[in-house]
Amino acid sequence: MMARRRGDLLGLRAALSDRLLPVLVGAMSFLAALTLGGALACSSLATSWQGDTASALTIQVPQPNDPDAANDGTRLAAVQRILSVDHDVQNATVLSQAKINKLIAPWLGSDAAALGLALPAVITAQWRGVSGTSTLAAQLQAVSPGTLVKTGALWAERVATLTTSLQACALAVLFIVVLVATSVVAVATRSGLAQLHETIETVHGLGALDSDIAGRFAARAIWLGLGGSLGGTLLALPVLTWLAWLAAPFAGPVRLSGYFNLPPTLLATLPLLPASAALIGGVTAQLTVRGWLRRLP
Amino acid sequence: MVRFDDVWLRYRHGGRAPAAEALRGISFEIEEGGFRWLTGPSGAGKTSLLKLIYLAEHPARGRIEILGTRAARVTRREAALLRRRIGVVYQDFRLLPQLDAYDNVALPMRLARRSEAQVEADVSEILRWVGLAHRLHARPDELSGGEQQRIAIARAVVARPKLLVADEPTGNLDDEQAKRLMLLIMALNKLGTTVIVATHNTALVEHYPFPRLGLEHGRLVYDG
Ligand SMILES: Nc1ncnc2c1ncn2[C@@H]1O[C@H](COP(=O)(O)OP(=O)(O)O)[C@@H](O)[C@H]1O
Ligand SMILES: [Mg+2]
Repeated sequence: MMARRRGDLLGLRAALSDRLLPVLVGAMSFLAALTLGGALACSSLATSWQGDTASALTIQVPQPNDPDAANDGTRLAAVQRILSVDHDVQNATVLSQAKINKLIAPWLGSDAAALGLALPAVITAQWRGVSGTSTLAAQLQAVSPGTLVKTGALWAERVATLTTSLQACALAVLFIVVLVATSVVAVATRSGLAQLHETIETVHGLGALDSDIAGRFAARAIWLGLGGSLGGTLLALPVLTWLAWLAAPFAGPVRLSGYFNLPPTLLATLPLLPASAALIGGVTAQLTVRGWLRRLP
Repeated sequence: MVRFDDVWLRYRHGGRAPAAEALRGISFEIEEGGFRWLTGPSGAGKTSLLKLIYLAEHPARGRIEILGTRAARVTRREAALLRRRIGVVYQDFRLLPQLDAYDNVALPMRLARRSEAQVEADVSEILRWVGLAHRLHARPDELSGGEQQRIAIARAVVARPKLLVADEPTGNLDDEQAKRLMLLIMALNKLGTTVIVATHNTALVEHYPFPRLGLEHGRLVYDG
């Protein structure tokens, strides 16, 4: 019993209560956990999409059955010959008429051939080259005028831009969360100081060091911040699991771990939230109390 | 031990009203192990002078030396450590309301990080001395004015300060209690503690004829 009272010389248990501060810090941690989850999911999805999209190569050969420039067979055959010897091109496949029909059906109806349109042949492949496709395009143009070569690089760039802006949003949210958490601790500490000012003045007069007094506030703020943040983060886990489950069909190769079915990077990052809350609590309380103590002689 | 050279104190009134001069050109010296009464009518500046001694105010002018240290020269940390060597009985006691009598008296020792065994021994002894050994676990609001004052005195002396500063310590005590308190203070003084006691109780001053500093309107009018 003696030890309990000695542990709380200043009466901080009442003045820095375990109600508002942990609840608000908990809410901030909940938000931060969701934001982190979103940001990490966004970047891992983007990575997998980007890889697929950037390497996709589409080649359109108009009038595929006309003779090629050297009059040595059809244009399509000439294009295929060039593609087959180019090491940067892999898995070149001519789309079947059925597939083409399916692709253009939304625009031209289900049986485009019946319209009498001269449809180009379409070859899909993967581009392994590091530089652009202009040399290949020129080669193909030479044997089959009008042949178009397209890669997904443009789309990949768009996905990258989208990812960057989403991550900037996440960063802004985290920044605001830190700002709010810091303010909450500062306000709670100031109100504790206001309640205890007579006690603190007395203890100061008895020879307490600024570090003694600030340290007691900081210890309490660390404890409350840690508890609140732990609660908020744990509450976010089921929500994150649910969101991960919703996103699973788009996740592609993103590996999900067993228990909470959350990406391992996220599970490794979440414990940083209570640690950060404790740090914010401790540092903010220290600085607030030391600033306030300056008014005493 | 305690030395004032032409010390002036001016309280600031939030910048608006002209500053009131609480002390004007005070000079005196108290030798190590000495005892001084500090007398004067209410408002003469007794509390103000004591505040300068226990480092709760800074002088507007002049030089103050406490326990061999220039008050103006100390860092915050040094000031705190110096305060631990000065026992103060405040006019309004300043007991911590959330702590009981025992923990209030133990506070200076715990701030100085003494062992709990040492705290236990010294606090029990000093509480016996002020006659409150039976009220260890009472909180300040459960104690009478006189009992609170005795707790405040016990807290001031428990860490065996080199200098004891008491501001009207007999204000709430009857004659019998006041006499016991004086015996306690004189015993500490005999053990080497330098003592300054502010009072306007002239009977007490006449009964214990120690040297006296007399204040009036912020000036030192008597020293002898
Ligand atoms: N904190 C303060 N702010 C402004 N004036 C003060 C303050 N404390 C004391 N005074 C003034 O200083 C003078 C001396 O007061 P004080 O030292 O308390 O006298 P005493 O203790 O002898 O009664 C009085 O005029 C009082 O009004
Ligand atoms: Mg006074």
